[in-house]
Amino acid sequence: MLKPPDKPVIVITGTRKGIGKYLAQYYLEKGFIVAGCSREPAEQESDRYRHFCLDVCDEPKVKRMFGELRKAFGRLDALINNAGIASMNHFLLTPQKTVQRIFNTNVLGTFLFCQEAAKLMKKNRYGRIVNFSTVATPLKLEGEAIYASSKAAVNSLTQVLAKEVASFGITVNAVGPTPIPTDLIRGVPEGKIKSLLAQQAIGRFAEMRDVANVTDFFISPASSFITGQVVYLGGVAA
Amino acid sequence: MIERKRILEMVCEAVDEMNETLPHAERLEKSEAAPLFGRDGRLDSLGLVNLVVAVEEKVRDAFSTEVSLTDERAMSHRNSPFRSLGAMTDYILHAMESSYAQAA
Repeated sequence: MLKPPDKPVIVITGTRKGIGKYLAQYYLEKGFIVAGCSREPAEQESDRYRHFCLDVCDEPKVKRMFGELRKAFGRLDALINNAGIASMNHFLLTPQKTVQRIFNTNVLGTFLFCQEAAKLMKKNRYGRIVNFSTVATPLKLEGEAIYASSKAAVNSLTQVLAKEVASFGITVNAVGPTPIPTDLIRGVPEGKIKSLLAQQAIGRFAEMRDVANVTDFFISPASSFITGQVVYLGGVAA
Repeated sequence: MIERKRILEMVCEAVDEMNETLPHAERLEKSEAAPLFGRDGRLDSLGLVNLVVAVEEKVRDAFSTEVSLTDERAMSHRNSPFRSLGAMTDYILHAMESSYAQAA
């Protein structure tokens, strides 16, 4: 019988760059065993990091990833569903393929990882799932109809799953970052960003550590009574 | 050739594991015909989730193949494949044979 590792195991999606890369490094430094994934290879200088090259909406590959994790570690403590894509465009100019691509990654990918993670977490009757939302949803940002609606779906998924897996000792929450200077917002015009920041109670860019602060709270063993919540950064109200 | 008997053993192993966590009065009967889920069944929907996940895992480990017992066909069957252990065993066998036939 496999002896589960003493260190907590966390899965983080989209770890090749941006927030995912930061969070992978952050939780490695905190002593976690980190399993990351992205479509392209990624490197972390740690023997506690394991990378899987996959598209988060490729169900067979996602199932294989979790099968390997189950055999290797026999436990999963936390999942951070960070992988996501955005596209800023007027909805009249948004091709159907873009809509499918965004929903596949942001909604289907989040769903598949939640499903496989919950199967593994329920064995130990413990788990923490953190999904990624965005302030574009409550702020109803023009030009982000598809991105914002995909994240609205993630919010609903988060809140319904929270109820469905509560009896397994699993919590499901979401963090909604404000803009962070990453690839995700590289193509957004400066004026748009300024007007977005002006709608926040605290009108600055978010930093990676602001996100980690919320994920720390959600994945803490002490947060067993916190579930179905969406926390937006910067004072944006739901 | 996949043996039905082997699949049934795996389903029964999953039932044994579930029974360990249940009070005596709620334990599942290990008979092929005993009602499992649905009318007269002992399992509620959460119990079914637990059993299905455990069986999928055993099949994956034993045959190194992914079998999803909750696909649309299973959910829309007029006669639920989860109505009894025997029906569930037949459904898994059928799902695996279809999966192998497609791969061939």
